[in-house]
Amino acid sequence: MDRLPRWADVALVPLISLLLAAIISALVLLFIGQSPVEAFEVMVDGALGSPYGWGYTLYYTTSFIFTGLAVTVAFHAGLFNIGGEGQAQLGGLGVALVCLSLPWPHWTLALAAATLGAALFGAAWAAVPAYLQAKRGSHIVITTIMFNYIAAALLVYLLVDVLRPQGQMDPATARFPVGAKLPTLDQIPGFNLIFQRPVPANVTLFIALAMAVVVWAILWRTRLGYQIRAFGKSEAAAKYAGINPTRIILVTMILSGALAGMMSINNVMGEAERLLQNSSEGAGFIGIAVALMGRNHPIGVVLAALLFGFLYQGGAELGLWTSIPIEMRIVVQGLVILFTGALDMMVRMFLARIFGLFRSHKLGAA
Amino acid sequence: MDYATLLQILDSTLRLATPLLLACLAGLFSERAGIFDIGLEGKMLAAAMASGAVAASGMSIVLLIPLTSVEVVVISPVMFGLIAGILASLLFALIHAVASITFRGNQLISGVALNFLASGITVLVAQRLFGQGGRTPPISGDARFNPITLPFAESLRDVPVLGPLYYEVISGHSALVYVALLAVPASWWVLYRTRFGLRLRAVGENPAAVDTAGISVTGLRYAAVALTGILCGLAGAYMATALQAGFGREMTAGRGYIALAALIFAKWRPVAALWACLLFGFFQALALRPDVVERVAGLKVPVPFLDALPYALTVIVLAGFIGRAIPPRAGGEAYVKER
Repeated sequence: MDRLPRWADVALVPLISLLLAAIISALVLLFIGQSPVEAFEVMVDGALGSPYGWGYTLYYTTSFIFTGLAVTVAFHAGLFNIGGEGQAQLGGLGVALVCLSLPWPHWTLALAAATLGAALFGAAWAAVPAYLQAKRGSHIVITTIMFNYIAAALLVYLLVDVLRPQGQMDPATARFPVGAKLPTLDQIPGFNLIFQRPVPANVTLFIALAMAVVVWAILWRTRLGYQIRAFGKSEAAAKYAGINPTRIILVTMILSGALAGMMSINNVMGEAERLLQNSSEGAGFIGIAVALMGRNHPIGVVLAALLFGFLYQGGAELGLWTSIPIEMRIVVQGLVILFTGALDMMVRMFLARIFGLFRSHKLGAA
Repeated sequence: MDYATLLQILDSTLRLATPLLLACLAGLFSERAGIFDIGLEGKMLAAAMASGAVAASGMSIVLLIPLTSVEVVVISPVMFGLIAGILASLLFALIHAVASITFRGNQLISGVALNFLASGITVLVAQRLFGQGGRTPPISGDARFNPITLPFAESLRDVPVLGPLYYEVISGHSALVYVALLAVPASWWVLYRTRFGLRLRAVGENPAAVDTAGISVTGLRYAAVALTGILCGLAGAYMATALQAGFGREMTAGRGYIALAALIFAKWRPVAALWACLLFGFFQALALRPDVVERVAGLKVPVPFLDALPYALTVIVLAGFIGRAIPPRAGGEAYVKER
């Protein structure tokens, strides 16, 4: 098969995949008797039509940047981390324990400590499958799936039997102290000129963007990043070059788990202000779609996270204002993963044929 | 625990193990042929919705088959539902096959994608058809698989110990339970005693060798994935039209993943799959009866602990602490024919 030009590989392939996903989504909408055009208008209007809508879109975007980066880091080492969901929920536990442990005097201190707690818990939850993969050869995809379920069960137990304050009915922790409240965009000077109504997007957005830069720097500007990428390209060659596989698998998954865990400062600390059951609400899984769509590059991840933020906020608006069920966004998510991840080769083969056609034309003319 | 309670728990063990077993055998065929399938869950869900919806519509078909005389065959709503479930599951299996065999895509990613697709689309379609929040209306009568009393169950009921065991646990299930149990020796026979089975196992271990022998790797893998689709269809139809009365959103509740866990626990072997699924079904039955667990264990065991047991056990097995689970060698890799 002919190689595609670089611009086609970076931009055209994901765009065509996205277009295919959009076309099938539209067909699904037609099939259930809804108008795709109207649905798209409602989504754009609800997610991007006002600062208020943007406040929600950016809130979701923040979570998806973290989980997308988590999947990306693991992908570069050739590891498929499906456990972002469980790692994010454990991260939420870390956030809750930190926030409830002290009467925090100022949010900056609380944020620093909670970020550390989230990263630590998320990393620990990823470290076990990583160790089993590195030392015992247990397939990391299966173990991380299992760990998602174990995490969910663990949190049900902790929230019902251990962390729930006496006299409270719903399974959740107590509310976090006032000092652990993160400023939302409408409370930050400068941004409050745009966001005049309370929105859930908060300072965590800037941490997420900073982490995108950090991940880029680690992967492409450090020796560790080089080793991770080399290991992902060819395990045998990396070994031959003296790269320790156990170390790379462990370090990569700890980084990945920490990133997934850190999304919890956005939703648990920034929004709910207490730990609820199923706090991550599938964001861990959306990380897979975001990483695939973003071609495993931090810039792509940020853009794809924004796209999915739009999809999530827009999808919620659909559930509110139309008779299209909110599950439509899961369909789109599945289609994006299918076309960008699994049917990638189909798009490439098709493009390569078209480019080949042009090339042979040129040769014929000359 | 008294004998009657034990029988009750064993009875629900068998009921709850059935969808796991069907899905587990489904995964067995696919993975033995070298195609990883983490989309068992999605296929079950799609089948559950399709069978529940068709059965709820109450459609039945009368076929007139002209043989020596004209035979009248009536397809009842439940059988019609079963066919619809199998077709829905086959459709998802086909997409997985096209993505992972023809276009050599990542099999794990394809499975994940199809699970999401099924999770969303089942609710959308059920909502469109029935407008009841993504459920199908409750079904009953000939739209469901009803319990079958096995021969002599009534008359042997009074035989001590074994009589009640036969009557309570083994008899009185729906037809699909017995289909699932029969599928175990059938799968064993197909895999280990037929030419197709030998080739199927070979294509999962060393596709190049199969190709050299002049047998189509692609064809075999498509056939294996189709078998997976049919068995997942049975599992899903059982969920909606036998275990429960109708489809509800996310009704498979992770059973596809438990089946996957059972498959690894059983080290990709059919008879061991039966024991693994019965064990995991037993955990699910216990999770329904925390009172019994508390009485037997003498302390309060949290229900989430029982829920997590199958997953924890699978991790332990994968870690190689109870024997080593080695997957088919060519699993997860697309086969590129030499040119």
